[in-house]
Amino acid sequence: MMAAHAVVTPYTVSPALMDVLQVTLLVLVAAGATAVALTRAPVRQVIMLSGYGLLLALLFLAFQAPDVTLSELTVGAVALPLLLLLALAKVRRREK
Amino acid sequence: MSPRLRRWLFLAGMAGLAAFYLWGLGGLPGFGHYPGPYGDIINRIAVGQTKATGVVSAVNFEYRGFDTVGEEFILFVAAAGVATVLRHLRGERERPARDQAADRDTPPTSGAIRLVAVALAGPTLVLGWYLASHAQTSPSGGFQGGVVLATAFILIYLSGQFLAFERFSPVDVTDAVEAVGAGGFAGVGLAAVVMGLPYLSNFLGLGGPPGAVSSSGTIALISFFVGMEVAAAFVLLVSELLDQTLLVGSG
Repeated sequence: MMAAHAVVTPYTVSPALMDVLQVTLLVLVAAGATAVALTRAPVRQVIMLSGYGLLLALLFLAFQAPDVTLSELTVGAVALPLLLLLALAKVRRREK
Repeated sequence: MSPRLRRWLFLAGMAGLAAFYLWGLGGLPGFGHYPGPYGDIINRIAVGQTKATGVVSAVNFEYRGFDTVGEEFILFVAAAGVATVLRHLRGERERPARDQAADRDTPPTSGAIRLVAVALAGPTLVLGWYLASHAQTSPSGGFQGGVVLATAFILIYLSGQFLAFERFSPVDVTDAVEAVGAGGFAGVGLAAVVMGLPYLSNFLGLGGPPGAVSSSGTIALISFFVGMEVAAAFVLLVSELLDQTLLVGSG
């Protein structure tokens, strides 16, 4: 899974280790997405979604897209779950 | 339609989708083998041309700056839309936040959450400011910085201070900041037109060596405007929703 033109820096990680990291994260993301879809209780699902956003952010970092990591971290793990929680709180209040 | 027929229809559709998906996957270039010329060209010339070492920002705010203006206004219009939909209607009266069911057992916000939220608010603000103002030097940018800045305000709310959140981010000011941010981006583009250059041309001096905070001309300026717009848009979204949840009764 090595890029065609590997960049060598003082802190270069060995390609084998990067492969292991990338494959592990891909599997974790697939498992996380399934777990979010299978969670039935809305509030619990939102918390799962936040954790899933964190996993996605790590995935982007391992695939050398640190700027996308920052976006995913803030939007996927914080902003989106917050908006969903607020919407849930509003719906619950109306139900009472 | 019988459930049996529906299931067959679903399975046929799924089979078709799977076939097309696998066909498409077969045509993809190998992992890590980038086929197009543009990425390689940009990687070679971007730093020399723009003096920005944050090449992603150089692409976002320079090479495809016009696309980014469009994206910027998507968020602007979305936030304006939420503010419009959630405006106070005639039938609604604002009620102070008071307990709807006083007899229920409400756990107070735990001391740990309040402490962590208050402790993180300051550093988050600094980090967001750093990200929004250093797009030209490192992997960051106005969008990420803006959302992190907004998170600092949300932390103030999390620490149990809804009223402080309202005081720190009054809607009028947030509206104005959002408008200045969105208008600033478009305005930087128009300034280039006034000077007889194409829209969004980098008309400021590139300055400094690559990687200096003062380098890259309009890239840094645009990123900063984007940061303002995004931070204000998110704070506005959250405060509108909080208003709805905590204050407005369904009258």
